Amino acid sequence: MSKYFLNRFISMIFVLLAAIILVFTLMEFSPGDPVRLMMGEGATEMELAALREKLGLERSYFERLGSFIWGMVHGNLGESYRSSIPVFDEIISRYPITLKLTFGSVLLGIIIGVPVGIISATKQYSIFDRIFTGISLFGVSAPSFWIAMLLVLIFSVKLGWFPPTGTYSFEYWVLPVATMGLQTSASIMRMTRSSILEVVRQDYIRTARAKGQSEQKIIWKHILPNALIPILTTIGINICSFLGGSVLVETVFAMPGIGKYILDCVNFKDYPCVLGGIVWISLNCVVVTFIIDMLYAVVDPRIKSAYVSKKTQVSKPTQAESGERSQNA
Amino acid sequence: MKINKTKRQNSHMQEIWRKLKINKVAMASLIVIIIILFVAAFGTYLAPYHFAEQNYDKVLQYPNKIHLFGTDNFGRDIFSRILYGCKYTVFIGFGATILAAAFGIVLGLLAAYYKKLDNLIMRIMDVFIGMPGMTLLILIIAVLGTDIKIMVLAIAISYTPTFARVTRGAALSVINQEYIEACVAIGANSWRILFKHVLPNSLAPVIVQFTLTAGLSILLGASLSFVGMGVQQPIPEWGLMVSDGRSYLRSDWYMSIIPGLAIILVTTALNYIGDGIRDALDPRLNK
Amino acid sequence: MESSLLKIKNLSVEYTVNKYTAKAVNNLYLEIGHGECVGLVGETGAGKTTSALGIMRLIPDPPGKIISGVIEFEGENLLEVSEKKMRSIRGSMISMIFQDPMTSLNPIMRVGDQIMETILLHENISKVEAAVKAQRMLEMVGIPAERYNEYPHQFSGGMKQRVVIACALVCNPKLLIADEPTTALDVTIQAQVLELIKKLKVEFNTAMLMITHDLGVVRDICDKVNVMYAGSIVESGTVEQVFDYPQHPYTQGLFKSIPDLDTDSERLEPILGMMPDPGNLPQGCAFAPRCSKSIEKCRTERPDIIQLDDGHFVSCFLFSTEEE
Repeated sequence: MSKYFLNRFISMIFVLLAAIILVFTLMEFSPGDPVRLMMGEGATEMELAALREKLGLERSYFERLGSFIWGMVHGNLGESYRSSIPVFDEIISRYPITLKLTFGSVLLGIIIGVPVGIISATKQYSIFDRIFTGISLFGVSAPSFWIAMLLVLIFSVKLGWFPPTGTYSFEYWVLPVATMGLQTSASIMRMTRSSILEVVRQDYIRTARAKGQSEQKIIWKHILPNALIPILTTIGINICSFLGGSVLVETVFAMPGIGKYILDCVNFKDYPCVLGGIVWISLNCVVVTFIIDMLYAVVDPRIKSAYVSKKTQVSKPTQAESGERSQNA
Repeated sequence: MKINKTKRQNSHMQEIWRKLKINKVAMASLIVIIIILFVAAFGTYLAPYHFAEQNYDKVLQYPNKIHLFGTDNFGRDIFSRILYGCKYTVFIGFGATILAAAFGIVLGLLAAYYKKLDNLIMRIMDVFIGMPGMTLLILIIAVLGTDIKIMVLAIAISYTPTFARVTRGAALSVINQEYIEACVAIGANSWRILFKHVLPNSLAPVIVQFTLTAGLSILLGASLSFVGMGVQQPIPEWGLMVSDGRSYLRSDWYMSIIPGLAIILVTTALNYIGDGIRDALDPRLNK
Repeated sequence: MESSLLKIKNLSVEYTVNKYTAKAVNNLYLEIGHGECVGLVGETGAGKTTSALGIMRLIPDPPGKIISGVIEFEGENLLEVSEKKMRSIRGSMISMIFQDPMTSLNPIMRVGDQIMETILLHENISKVEAAVKAQRMLEMVGIPAERYNEYPHQFSGGMKQRVVIACALVCNPKLLIADEPTTALDVTIQAQVLELIKKLKVEFNTAMLMITHDLGVVRDICDKVNVMYAGSIVESGTVEQVFDYPQHPYTQGLFKSIPDLDTDSERLEPILGMMPDPGNLPQGCAFAPRCSKSIEKCRTERPDIIQLDDGHFVSCFLFSTEEE
């Protein structure tokens, strides 16, 4: 188990470093001179040079990269050009909103998606199955911003049940979480259904029946645990996808989360924030992927002992569903 | 040997097509997509009004007989704008997917065939998967600008790892079969083996992935335009149209809702087709 | 006449997919006595597995359905008992083992626990006692008890099949149905597993229904044999009767088509033609189209079962004693 843990941990660090280097390098190509932007038109060459010196922009690429990584390890992601507040602080103040949104939605997605998926699979081709398969297809096909606006239209404008923007108290969160929750439910439900259908066909389920086991127990003891891996994968993908895509819901509902923050920074050309924000999101994703990898090992003993890399084990389930939104199945 | 393989692969495809035809929803979706492609190609001629034609005395009309989907805050006919915008949706969605498939398939085949490259390629793919789509896209566009070609390229990069992974998986199971050993034994050139034997027989799950990714690319493109990082005004890209209608949601909801429905029509059709092909690929109970 | 353990009378099973109906089992008659080992042979697609699943009432519905018949087990008709009763019978009175050991075990459950599962389902003992029993069963099938906590992927094919056998026999069932248990294994492992089955059969005094297409296995292990074709039994009797004096043209064809160590032959003599499509069975005797000895009556009517000798039955008009 520890070999697997180590392997995955090193992989995580590697991916994170690679992502940082990638982002940092890409930012090198961004147009415009940030110093000039900050100081405005009236600045003299000397003032510009002084500011450049102060921000450390005169150093070489490698020096700046190294300094950034070093700073990152110590919790320093640079300072915003706009506000001069450390990027880290800006991010931390907005993090709870994105976190709440993401986990609220994923939790809702699991609570709705998994049971519906199980029922749908065990009663394949029934009315229930057909209805929910249809709804879930809709759920993964519709853009989240559109669902958000539709919900606002119905529940806020027409019915007046919930407020359309803001984050002040519980009712402000209902619509945003519902939007993203619906999407996650659809994705998880589809993957649960296809995964269970896949498992139900296996010979060992027939063996369990031949032993005289009841259908209920078969679902809990044999089917679900074996169906779990692709479902875990989908959950992981959904979490990562929301960490990045929450900007859409945050925009519609005017919630000051990280997604919106990065977008604003891009529009204001506040590059340290963009850099810091994206690195922060990548860090989150990488950690989530790592945790999911660890959960795989708990669920499937073959993964621990075979010490096979995640890709070969998981490629079968992710083949069934496409990468970002959700199988396979 | 070559003759045998082509015959086998043909009847495999025919079998899949036969099973797909039975699936009425998938076939209906296929027709929808063909219509969409048609509109994308000829939308400019079909639209009754020019997409940028503003008419201040016809501002914010509800859908009516003259303006089927109503007019927006500039008096532009929404129906025409949807028809015009179709080609952007198709260009971004299919363009990005074709690129992603091209890159991904080559990478996947290489990773499957050459063990030494496998680890390297898959690790690089991991890095891209580790970053969520929207974030990567915002980054690339922030740096490189909001040109539509950049958008397509960025989305393509985003989905290349998925194609690489799917192709690699399918190719690996083909490569392990003995007829590939036989090809190597008779001295066939590696590229020839890859493209004439491995690829055709790994194609099926890739085609499923293609339809699913096309839908996702369209969603991503629309999302980018919605936040202002994609196509710019006054181009009637559907995502942008949804964003335009935001301030008018209260009274003139059709401005946002209808373009969204158009997006949903295309993505749902693509998903039904993808699901249909996937089901047709499934070795089912044959008794 | 000793009372039999299992008596199948006139069993018919159909599978329906879309508009296509396959008659997998047609008017099957089969009897198994206490402690007897009965073979069920036939080509792939003859309906052997379906018959076995029918006894266990494990036929997937949809698409399968038991159309008619009576399956008497210790006096009760299995087709009429409640599902709850049937579940108590499965695994404890009648057990079944399947063909492919590689996929018959739950990959994420320890092998010992999988044996324990059967015990806990049918016996009212504590988990600790059940675990001990499971360990003893492992030893009995030739697997060291220390391997209780290992997972199926850590075992070879032959050893997996032993675990499957352990699960099936741990509650001492009266009848074990073995559906081609050695087909998927290497020849040398086949022999080992067969030896194990023989040994356990004697120790537990279990009756067995051995389904196979390998006539050698039947000769080795079975007391009686039933030959199946297109869903019905065409000939049945003791192994000596059927192997040494086959009467039905199909059985004769079967024996002629396998190589014989004693005779000198240049080529094998296969039976020409193919088994009919179960969705499109011919009217009359199902073997008639391929039979070199068929008469007019064969194509229009289905033959009854006729007794030739004590315990030797055949289903063929050639042996009919009725007037023309």
